Amino acid sequence: MLKVSDIIEKIGLDIRVSGDMHKYVTGCYISDLLSDVMAHSKDGELWITLQTHPNIVAVAVIKGLSCIVITNGRLPETDTVKKAESENITILTTSKTTFEIAGLLYNILRSE
Amino acid sequence: MKRFIADLHIHTCLSPCAELDMTPLRIIDTAVKKGIDVIAISDHNSAENAEIAVKIAMKKGIMVLPSMEITSQEEAHVLAIFDSVDKVMGMQEIVYRHLPNGINDERVIGYQVVVNENDEVLRFNKRILFSATILSLKEIVDTIHSIGGIAIASHIDKEIFSVVSQFGFIPGDIAFDALEISYNTKRQRAESVFGGYKTIPWITSSDAHHLADLGRRTVSFFLDELTFDEIKMAFKGMRKIEWNTEDMD
Repeated sequence: MLKVSDIIEKIGLDIRVSGDMHKYVTGCYISDLLSDVMAHSKDGELWITLQTHPNIVAVAVIKGLSCIVITNGRLPETDTVKKAESENITILTTSKTTFEIAGLLYNILRSE
Repeated sequence: MKRFIADLHIHTCLSPCAELDMTPLRIIDTAVKKGIDVIAISDHNSAENAEIAVKIAMKKGIMVLPSMEITSQEEAHVLAIFDSVDKVMGMQEIVYRHLPNGINDERVIGYQVVVNENDEVLRFNKRILFSATILSLKEIVDTIHSIGGIAIASHIDKEIFSVVSQFGFIPGDIAFDALEISYNTKRQRAESVFGGYKTIPWITSSDAHHLADLGRRTVSFFLDELTFDEIKMAFKGMRKIEWNTEDMD
């Protein structure tokens, strides 16, 4: 199974906060509604979102997500970075769209 | 007509994101000190500190409107302001029925404290107040009105949890009584971005999560007397609402 560090290497994501890079990526969940992610994401999943607010860290901690990928060139807020650092949550960013990142990730996870 | 200063969006220690010293007693003392005449206690998806706030307010010569800041299923925040504890509790009952089950993770999200009039902890609210309800924005606004409350779109200038951030615009079929601009945006900037929505009254308020932030933005109501009905009339354009100087201390 791939780890967060493998995903970064394979699809080229920018590291904003390096948390636990050895965490296994069990799958992927995509949503910009925090409540939807709270309800439906699963432990170990990588989360792709447009949201940059500190609450995304709380959601990732509660749900045990492996990392957060923020797309479309958006950057996490200063408070989000601080909170992610203290909670050991990895935040990755990319200028690519959610669709592109999802496609790349789908191929990688499928070929595993 | 008399002028009354209002800060209609204040969180207490019941909101997981607010400081623990945001007790109704301290909020009211601070508001009185700052010369504010009317405040609304608006916690996320709950009003369990509202009754005590109203009780304290009666002794301190200030008006407290029991309120809630409700999260719609689209993750837009709406202020629901009422004139009585009974009504806000009626609203709370509906909101609670539409919140997800589960227990608040206090370590990550924060404490949700219900206090008494002496600043003592009565209990911790264990619901996930942080989450969205499964009520649509329109259902929430219609329900607020059916109970006799005022519905205000919270901080429409924010990039998260606002009607504009979640819908892209203010939907015409949702009958807001007012739109709120947060302390982050100056009046002139708000006019240039949201000028198209001037058919609905605007307010600005502190959205205080810390005591020091209370009253950092306020509005003045010009009313015959300080009653909920007069405030309602102000939102209907029959009385005047005016923004006060920005960055007031």
